[in-house]
Amino acid sequence: MSQLLWNGLFVGSFYALVALGYSMVYGIIKLLNFAHGDIYMLGAFAGFGLLTMAGAMATSASFLALFVVLLVAMLATGTSGLILERVAYRPLRGAPRLSVLITAVGASFALEYGMRLVAGPNPQVYPIRLEGTTVHVLGARVTLQQLALVAIAILLMIGLQWLIMGTGTGRAMRAISQDPKASLYMGINVNSVIARTFFIGSALAGAAGVMAGAYYGKIDFLMGFLIGLKAFTAAVIGGIGNIKGAMLGGLVLGMLETFGTAWLGGEWRDVFAFGFLILFLTLRPTGLLGERVTERV
Amino acid sequence: MSEPASGVALEIEDLDVFYGRVHALRGLSIRVREGEIVALLGNNGAGKTTTLASVSGVVPAQSGRIVAFGEDVTKAKPWDIVGRGVIHVPEGRRIFSRLTIHENLQLGGYLVKDEKVVDQRIAEVYDILPRLAERRGQQGGTLSGGEQQMLAVGRALVAGPRLLMLDEPSMGLAPLIVTQIMELVERINRSGTSVLLVEQNARAALRISHRAYVVESGQITLEGPASELAADHRVIDAYLGA
Repeated sequence: MSQLLWNGLFVGSFYALVALGYSMVYGIIKLLNFAHGDIYMLGAFAGFGLLTMAGAMATSASFLALFVVLLVAMLATGTSGLILERVAYRPLRGAPRLSVLITAVGASFALEYGMRLVAGPNPQVYPIRLEGTTVHVLGARVTLQQLALVAIAILLMIGLQWLIMGTGTGRAMRAISQDPKASLYMGINVNSVIARTFFIGSALAGAAGVMAGAYYGKIDFLMGFLIGLKAFTAAVIGGIGNIKGAMLGGLVLGMLETFGTAWLGGEWRDVFAFGFLILFLTLRPTGLLGERVTERV
Repeated sequence: MSEPASGVALEIEDLDVFYGRVHALRGLSIRVREGEIVALLGNNGAGKTTTLASVSGVVPAQSGRIVAFGEDVTKAKPWDIVGRGVIHVPEGRRIFSRLTIHENLQLGGYLVKDEKVVDQRIAEVYDILPRLAERRGQQGGTLSGGEQQMLAVGRALVAGPRLLMLDEPSMGLAPLIVTQIMELVERINRSGTSVLLVEQNARAALRISHRAYVVESGQITLEGPASELAADHRVIDAYLGA
C-alpha cells in the first residue's frame, strides 16, 4: 500500500513537472503546446548524451552527477523552448488559434523525427539507474536517488510558485494571461515575458525527462508523445492554466495510474489515465482547482 | 507653431492611422502643453481611442509624427512609451480582475526599477484613495465600477506619469462618481502631471480642462479654450445637448 503511494508520488511528481509547462503556456497564450512532451524527450536525451560523454564517472550515479545532469538538461530544454517559441509560435501571434495548434503538432513531429535522425530509432538504455541504497520509508522501499529526485521536483515547484506569486515577472505573467493588451499599457514587454514562460516551462519538462529516463531506464524519440498527453490530462484534471492545479493534477494522475495499475494490471494504465481525462472533460471541464470567476464590469 | 519644443508634453502632427482598410485617423493634429488638461471630445468611432492607442504604440501610424516631451516616439514600442512617463488608462478600465488590488497597483510600477519608489507611490495612492487601501488584498474584480476606475487611475499613478492619458474615465458611472473622478484628475494635474482626457461626457470634461479638441471622422474639427468650446453652439448642439 505505502509502496504504491510512493510510486504514485514519484510518477506524479514528474507528471506535475511536465503539466506545469503545459498549463503555464496555455495560461499565458491559450495555446495547447503539443510539442511540450517532446521537450521532455529532449531533456531525457540531453541527460543521456551528457551521461554517456561523462562515461565511467556517471555510472556511479552520485548525487552530484545527477544534479549536474539535471541542471544542464534543464538549460538545454529551456533554450529549446525559447527557440520553439521564437521560430514556431511568435510569428503566428494573433493568427487564429487553430493555425497555432496545427503548428504545435508540426513542431512536435519535427522534434520527434529530428531526434530520430540524431539518435536513431532504437530505444537507448539510460546509463544511470535509481538503484542506490534502499531505505524504508513508512514501509515503502525507496532509493536515496528517488528520494532526492522527488525532493528536487518539490523544490522546483516551490520555486515556481514563488516566482509566479512573488516576483514582478510572475505578476506580469498573470497579467498577460488575463489581458495581454492591458499588460502593454503597464509597460510589460509581452513577447519577452512569453519567452521567459516558455523557458521556465521547458526547463521543468527537461528535469522531468531526466527523472523519467533514470526511473524507467529506457528512452526513445517517441517517449514524449504519451507523456505529453498525460501531462495534458494532469493539467485538465487540475484545471488548465492553473499552476497549483497542474501540480495537484500531476499528483492525482500519478496516484490514479499507480493504484489503477495495481488493481487492474499494467496494460490498463493508459486506459485509466485517459478515461479520467474524458471523465473530467465531460463532468468538470474546469478541473479540480479551475473556477469561473465572476467579473463585474 | 513657433514655440520651443520644451514645454510641450505631447505633439501629434498630421497623424494617419488605418485599421485594415478603415481610415481611422485622417491627418489628426493635437498638442498638450506641460501642465495642461486637454480634452479630446467626440462621438463613438470618431477616432479618440485610436489616437491614444497610437500614442501608446499599440496601433501603428501610417504617416505623421508623435512627439512626447521633445522626442519622436512615432515608432516607439509600448514599453518605451510607458518608460517615458506617458501613461495610458485604457477605455473600460482594464484592471486585472483576478489579481489583487495591491498587485494591480504593483503592475502599474512594472518598469520602475526601484521597489522602494513603487512602495512609496502605492502608499500615496492609498492615501488619496483609502477605499483601495481597505481592500488591498481583494481581487480587483470585486470592486464596483467607480472603484475600478479609481484603481485604474491609481495604477497609472504608480508608473509616475508625466503625461496621463485617460480614455473615457466617466463611462458607465453615476454622476456623483464622475465628479469624484474628475476631481481626482484635477488633483493629479495640480501636482504637475499633464493630462489628455478623452471623453464622450463633454460637459464633465470641459469643466476641468484648459483646452479642448473636437474630433469627427478622424479629424479635428474644432479646438480652443475649454470655456470657449463650452459656449460654442456647435459643441452645445452636438455634445452638450439639452
